[in-house]
Amino acid sequence: MPEGEVVHTAGKINPVKTCQPIGAMYAALGIHRCLPHSHGSQGCCAYHRMHLTRHFRDPVLASTSSFTEGASVFGGAANLKTAIKNVFEIYKPDIIAVHTTCLSETIGDDLPTIIKQSEVPEGKVVIHANTPSYQGSHITGFSNMVKAMVTYLAARDEETIRKKRVNIIPGFVNPSDMREIKRITSSLGVDMIMFPDTTNVLDSPLTAKYDMYPEGGTTVEEIRDTGNSRLTLALGAWSSNAAGAALMEKCGVPCVPLKVPIGLKATDDLIMTLKEKFDAVVPDDLTLERGQVVDTLIDTHFHYQGKKVAIYGDPDIVVPLVEFVLTMGMIPKYVITGTPGKAFEEQVGAMIEEAGIEDYIVKAEGDLFDLHQWIKEESVDLLIGNTYGKYIARTEDIPLVRVGFPILDRAVHPLMPITGYKGCLRLIEMISNALLERRDRDCLDEDYELVL
Amino acid sequence: MEHDCSLASGSSGCISERQNSIITTGKNKSRIHCADDSLAGAVSQRACVFCGARVVLNPITDAIHLVHGPIGCATYTWDIRGSLSSDSEMYRHSFSTDLKEKDVVFGGEPKLAACLDEVISKYHPPAVFVYSTCVVGMIGDDIIAVCKDASERHGIDVIPVESSGFLSGNKIVGYRAAAEAIMKLIRPKPGEVIEKTRKLNFLGEYNLGGEKWLIERYLNEIGIEVNVAFTGDSTVAALKQAPGSCLNIVQCTGSMHWVANNLEKEYGIPYMDVNFFGAENTADSLRRIAAFYGDPEIIRKAEVLIERELARITPIIAGYRKKLTGKRAAIYVGGAFKAVALIRQMKDLGMEVVVTGTQTGKQEEYETISGLLSEGTIVVDDANPAEIEKFLLDMKVDVMAGGVKERVLAYKLGIGFVDHNHDRKECLAGFDGAVTFAREVYITTCSPVWKHLKESIGGV
Ligand code: SF4
Repeated sequence: MPEGEVVHTAGKINPVKTCQPIGAMYAALGIHRCLPHSHGSQGCCAYHRMHLTRHFRDPVLASTSSFTEGASVFGGAANLKTAIKNVFEIYKPDIIAVHTTCLSETIGDDLPTIIKQSEVPEGKVVIHANTPSYQGSHITGFSNMVKAMVTYLAARDEETIRKKRVNIIPGFVNPSDMREIKRITSSLGVDMIMFPDTTNVLDSPLTAKYDMYPEGGTTVEEIRDTGNSRLTLALGAWSSNAAGAALMEKCGVPCVPLKVPIGLKATDDLIMTLKEKFDAVVPDDLTLERGQVVDTLIDTHFHYQGKKVAIYGDPDIVVPLVEFVLTMGMIPKYVITGTPGKAFEEQVGAMIEEAGIEDYIVKAEGDLFDLHQWIKEESVDLLIGNTYGKYIARTEDIPLVRVGFPILDRAVHPLMPITGYKGCLRLIEMISNALLERRDRDCLDEDYELVL
Repeated sequence: MEHDCSLASGSSGCISERQNSIITTGKNKSRIHCADDSLAGAVSQRACVFCGARVVLNPITDAIHLVHGPIGCATYTWDIRGSLSSDSEMYRHSFSTDLKEKDVVFGGEPKLAACLDEVISKYHPPAVFVYSTCVVGMIGDDIIAVCKDASERHGIDVIPVESSGFLSGNKIVGYRAAAEAIMKLIRPKPGEVIEKTRKLNFLGEYNLGGEKWLIERYLNEIGIEVNVAFTGDSTVAALKQAPGSCLNIVQCTGSMHWVANNLEKEYGIPYMDVNFFGAENTADSLRRIAAFYGDPEIIRKAEVLIERELARITPIIAGYRKKLTGKRAAIYVGGAFKAVALIRQMKDLGMEVVVTGTQTGKQEEYETISGLLSEGTIVVDDANPAEIEKFLLDMKVDVMAGGVKERVLAYKLGIGFVDHNHDRKECLAGFDGAVTFAREVYITTCSPVWKHLKESIGGV
């Protein structure tokens, strides 16, 4: 590693983001009986499927336009039309969600026109999102595809009165998190449509039968009906706000932007918003869960209070995580995301400063090289982020709590929520235990204690 | 009972256009179609040209591998191989020019040049490989010129790898791009003389799980030295010594035959194919290498080693064989070389191979494969998940060997799985590897967990 200079300005070294299409693919998997389709060469599609497969440890299917040189020169219209025809004939999805790749974007294929000219069987739909990989990140791609669901599908039936129901756009989170958000919402007695919804798609049980379209996912009809709901909650500004705004514009459904409910405050906000807007009664169970979180925070605060932590990953996960570790009395010393957006720096910076911490670095569009350089200058006690931080963790001998996307070297995480009060408990457990295990490993014999 | 695909009821092979890519040994004499492009709308398992190039070159451990393109290509190929290094860990970093819209519109050359300056002056690598991706090919960046300039500026090898993904839907094109890059790297500069030695080069060996180290131990024991492996645990300096060898042994033929041929043409080094997967193959390969040297002492030592190792592992393998005899296996891997080796090993374990497929097999290779299999076995090129599912269930497969996408599919069907992909972590080569392989097959085929599955499905 070079000495002295610590910034690099061109390109990325050890990125903490990836490209748009994979986000679009993930979002599309949250529609019932949907086959995501990658309009580009097959390599991209294979990568995206493989990466999602590695994270979720479940099969991920998607078709591709299989571009070769011909398509790259003459445009991909013919490929896409053939693909749409083949996919409906062979794989029989209800809906195909097409996303572009850098290649088809560079060629400039006009997707709406191509789709209009395609043979789409009665009752089936094709939607699309433009997901050029040279803009934004996988989060942008997710956001674009969720927005496409609204622009293509959502509708407002003039005659009907608005249904007493909430639309929830959960953001780029694991199926377990979506499940938890649904559990909280229904325990308040509020009707909902969550979209996209990857529960029962990417966390499906083993049955010795392979379902190309597992039970889960929001149906096309449900997405259509979101236009008749009374309210939309867009969880996570980067992944969900665009779709929420589009739904407001198209169907007049008001949208409340919230954080992904990670941590005490963000979970409170979700529950209080539902309570207010729907006159809901917070059930005793939720109050009890919240009390358990506070109790646990007191029981364990001395494990982590004052410890310095570096947090990296997707903005919608990192922002509420920073909020929560501040609640825990930890010091978020370095915070980065690979996704562009000045708002990230402002928002995170404001939270940290409000907590009276002055010595910190926040960077949007950063990479793990940056983070590593800063850590070399001044280390931290803990890393929180995806699998890619494991190289820093090992070199600098810092424990790593794996949170976010992707996690490629551990299992079970897609089934365990970090959202809601349950998620708070899990985060506290992971953070405390990582620090305590480190203490047990490093301490002198005379300090090795049975009770901590 | 015929099992229908979960998707298209009625279409027996799932996709009629793909009928020619599937054969049943013994039944039809038709030749398999394997070089066809994937069908638009098919759920192909194939990867891309860039991926092919990257997997071949990435194990050059002290080089910087800079991916010129948008971020995704670099992220997805970041440290995805199980190739181990005995020294530098540089190859485990992920470098990308992270092209933005501006670069796509105005050209990415300035950014590439800036990135090269930055990484070279920060890390001082002995060489940089610059991979071109789809977009770069489309916008027409002249990476050859940018690399040449950077090379002159910094006095190191900066080698372009022309691996734009859309060039073909086939990894083989990427292998070739990598091969050309390697040839460029090792060609001595004018006036430079590489001394000839009695050492051999080991081509198509990527040191997955330390496999190169193991085979090198065997070779050293019988009195043969390895000059350099292509590219497992190799360094730029070591590769540059390649022309000084007296023999090239080639393991992964798909990626390295072209290189071997060219080394023969340019430097007069003969080559032979070897295969260190499975005990029989390992013994056979060692014997042939020893015979090439023609030294009675080497031949004697080889026999001693083979006898000792076989005596050591045979009883262990027999133990597994007892548990595995009669089980039915499926193989779906990237290249035919691996498929052939796996068929032999599965048979050694008393298993019956009932399905075999590859992503990139060639016509002759499929003929070899068919020759090894008994009548009624399914052989398939570039299968999609629906076909794999159908064959696994139709043929009542107990265990499958394949790559990461097949793993989760097999598991969902309640079928055991062993990884034989380029990202696996276990050493499966040589005599020890044969034991590890047997253990892996045993663990997954005979896992107690399958019992619970059957119970829960039977509705206990
Ligand atoms: S960056 Fe572009 S070429 Fe690379 S994987 Fe993503 S979409 Fe494909």
